[in-house]
Amino acid sequence: MTVTQQNDQDMAEALCERVRQAHRDKTPLKIVGGDTKAFYGRRVEGETLSTLAHRGIRHYDPVELIVSVRAGTPLMELEAALDAEGQMLGCEPPHFGEAATVGGMIATGLSGPRRPWAGAVRDFVLGSKVITFEGKELRFGGEVMKNVAGYDLSRLMVGAQGTLGVLTEVSLKVLPKPGAHHSLRLEMPLQEALDKLAEWGRQPLPVTAAAWYDGALHLRLEGGPSSVAATREHLGGDDLDNGFWIDLREQRLAFFSSDDTRPLWRLSLPNHIPELKIEGDTVYDWAGAQRWLRSEASADTIRDAAIRAGGHATCYTPYEEGGCIEPFTPLAPVVAKYHRNLKAELDPHGIFNPGRLYAEL
Amino acid sequence: MNILYDAQLDGELPDNDKQQVLATLSQALPDMTLLHREEDLRPFECDGLSAYRVLPMLVALPHTLDQVETLLKTCHSLGVPVVTRGAGTGLSGGALPLEQGVLLVMSRFKQILELDPKARIARVQPGVRNLAISEAAAPYGLYYAPDPSSQIACSIGGNVAENAGGVHCLKYGLTVHNVLEVEVITIEGERMTLGSEAFDSPGFDLLALFTGSEGMLGVVTEVTVKLLPKPETAKVLMASFDDIEKAGKAVGDIIAAGIIPGGLEMMDKLAIQAAEDFVKAGYPVEAEAILLCELDGVEADVDDDCATVRGVLEAAGATDIRQAHDDAERAKFWAGRKNAFPAVGRMSPDYYCMDGTIPRRELPHVLKGIAALSEESGLPVANVFHAGDGNMHPLILFDANKPGELELAEEVGGKILELCVEAGGSITGEHGVGREKINQMCAQFQPDEITVFHAVKAAFDKHRLLNPGKNIPTLQRCAEFGAMHVHNNELPFPELPRF
Ligand SMILES: Cc1cc2nc3c(=O)[nH]c(=O)nc-3n(C[C@H](O)[C@H](O)[C@H](O)COP(=O)(O)OP(=O)(O)OC[C@H]3O[C@@H](n4cnc5c(N)ncnc54)[C@H](O)[C@@H]3O)c2cc1C
Repeated sequence: MTVTQQNDQDMAEALCERVRQAHRDKTPLKIVGGDTKAFYGRRVEGETLSTLAHRGIRHYDPVELIVSVRAGTPLMELEAALDAEGQMLGCEPPHFGEAATVGGMIATGLSGPRRPWAGAVRDFVLGSKVITFEGKELRFGGEVMKNVAGYDLSRLMVGAQGTLGVLTEVSLKVLPKPGAHHSLRLEMPLQEALDKLAEWGRQPLPVTAAAWYDGALHLRLEGGPSSVAATREHLGGDDLDNGFWIDLREQRLAFFSSDDTRPLWRLSLPNHIPELKIEGDTVYDWAGAQRWLRSEASADTIRDAAIRAGGHATCYTPYEEGGCIEPFTPLAPVVAKYHRNLKAELDPHGIFNPGRLYAEL
Repeated sequence: MNILYDAQLDGELPDNDKQQVLATLSQALPDMTLLHREEDLRPFECDGLSAYRVLPMLVALPHTLDQVETLLKTCHSLGVPVVTRGAGTGLSGGALPLEQGVLLVMSRFKQILELDPKARIARVQPGVRNLAISEAAAPYGLYYAPDPSSQIACSIGGNVAENAGGVHCLKYGLTVHNVLEVEVITIEGERMTLGSEAFDSPGFDLLALFTGSEGMLGVVTEVTVKLLPKPETAKVLMASFDDIEKAGKAVGDIIAAGIIPGGLEMMDKLAIQAAEDFVKAGYPVEAEAILLCELDGVEADVDDDCATVRGVLEAAGATDIRQAHDDAERAKFWAGRKNAFPAVGRMSPDYYCMDGTIPRRELPHVLKGIAALSEESGLPVANVFHAGDGNMHPLILFDANKPGELELAEEVGGKILELCVEAGGSITGEHGVGREKINQMCAQFQPDEITVFHAVKAAFDKHRLLNPGKNIPTLQRCAEFGAMHVHNNELPFPELPRF
């Protein structure tokens, strides 16, 4: 089935020409979709290249579980099309605004509450089209579930924040929506919740989201009607509106309110790490593997604690608003060297989103 | 065109004096096993693609990471190519040695370093066998999901290098979805950690880039994998069809019903007969095709899903549907599928296994094409198929002792892969490009795309010392391959229809 709609527009050639011009003039480009995630990363100085006009679902075959979509397509539009077929994006990406595009989802690689159980954005990427520094649109990967020919450039683009090329199209694996769901809330102290989650993690329970917030463990159960009903009976607790997960994902819970001026940090940690003793307040998502921290502690203090626990810490508050000057955890020297090598090979004149991730990239 | 390294098409390799390299390495690494006599090198001359054999200059069998580091540093400074090998089960010649190169064998790194049931991870050395991880995790109710049919033998390092899959990867993912962190040593002898035990890491996703990179970017020295809880139950349905197209359509119908089976495999008549002769799996030998559909998860859901799938299969025209009534019968059903390659191997002196992927809807069309190629060449082809995710394994039967048959089998294989590319698919779903499919890469990718692959390689290995000649063809090779095909009036290059 090929979907044609009003909002179907192929601007690839114009985008390529724009890149060729930047390449000739050696002028940096700031690649922008819906501009909903501008806060995420360092400030880019450059001429704006908007992907918004390059939009539309190019190919969606629900039976193949694959959708190919242009980068400027609004995420909401894609999700609505999948929903109409009883399918969804398994990574449950945050939008952070109605204008969010598919390209922005891929470039930032951010995933929602379902991530530990279903996978991250990168796990669902099967192929992509990318404009290279010479202004050529190339295709990597494809519209098949398995493909190990050549290097996996499609996944490399996820989270690279546009520093290696302009994403114009992506092919994604999609999932059927679960047959049944139920969310619940269980009052319990943090450590008890973390221990329970570790125990449940070794059991085949239909859990697809787990957060500790406001003195209680919040759980989402999804799966077949029988298992959801049985687990619901077994766990008890208070019913919870499913909207909680969207509020958590979109950072609309009171915890995230802008009235709180302490910087917001995201800690990404291995499973089963106890509470880290950092001053401030914490919300636990991903069964404790993703933590949101409001804290005045220094970046070094926060990063040291995260690194010692085997993870890393990202500052979500922009520098201009009191956040850390380096939002992302600095890379180990050898890893940084190969980042520079890769950037030099794929973007020799530094025209793609220079400095968005790190000053040197 | 010969598959072995060809300096004219693949680029000049440094020509080092064997005695000198041997002397330098022995001096730098006095405690490392370093084989150099022909009779000692002989057992290492091929990997799982045994039709191609090359005697390496030297074979290094280190047992410490310091040795690996020193070896790589020394080879880097001497300009000696290095080919890494795990268990050597690869089917695309990815670990085929080079006459002018050192074969670095990682099989002595066999330790499971850590298994943490609470964090649900295992940290292992690269030579650990795939199945050994699940065996070690079993007492905790956990397992490592990717299960290549070679899992009793293949190493986790090789799995990472090939992004190996298995019969359960439609639901549980490939290696790339189940590895959290790898330690690597670069050709310059630097150690780096890619990924982490957390769900993500800062910077580029180099872990994903390294997964499936066929030993071209670095040597994997440690792997941390995610462990999953064993499903409470797993049930298998076996459906027979009198027409392979109906079976193919049934696969789409199951997925359209909103079900993602744990495994969904298809075999054609020749494969069914071979498997039945070999393992007595109870397969219906008169059927044109069978589908094996495994449903796993929580007992109550699995029972519901079994009922749904049974309905779908009936509607799709299955002539017989059987459900394994206990674990023993379930294991038997799978034994037939998992032993399909050796089973076919018993029918014929040699077989050649292909690994193309296609969008599932193209299955009838591609199967027809394969049947036509089989008829035209006179070589029988058995089809084994990871149907759920569109990964085909046509097995071409031939006899290498008959003059010209190996070449004929290669030719048929190459055409099958080109058929897959034309159908919008890929030349390899899980076995890798290696040396075997180096020419077909030119059918799947344009020169500009291949140039980007070379740029990625250059970022990690400027002097092309790690596994040169594998995975990514040179543009010269593509020009030559294209010219040959134009000559045969079959497949013009570079203006091929693509995807
Ligand atoms: C009967 C049979 C069935 C098979 N079934 C499947 C299947 O179902 N699914 C599947 O995916 N594959 C299958 N295979 C193919 C093969 O087993 C896999 O590709 C496996 O991952 C190879 O692992 P290995 O340790 O044998 O690697 P090798 O064959 O030794 O090497 C394979 C590649 O990995 C590189 N490599 C190995 N170790 C390292 C390391 N430590 N660091 C860097 N590079 C390294 C080599 O250079 C080479 O390019 C099958 C093979 C056989 C013989």
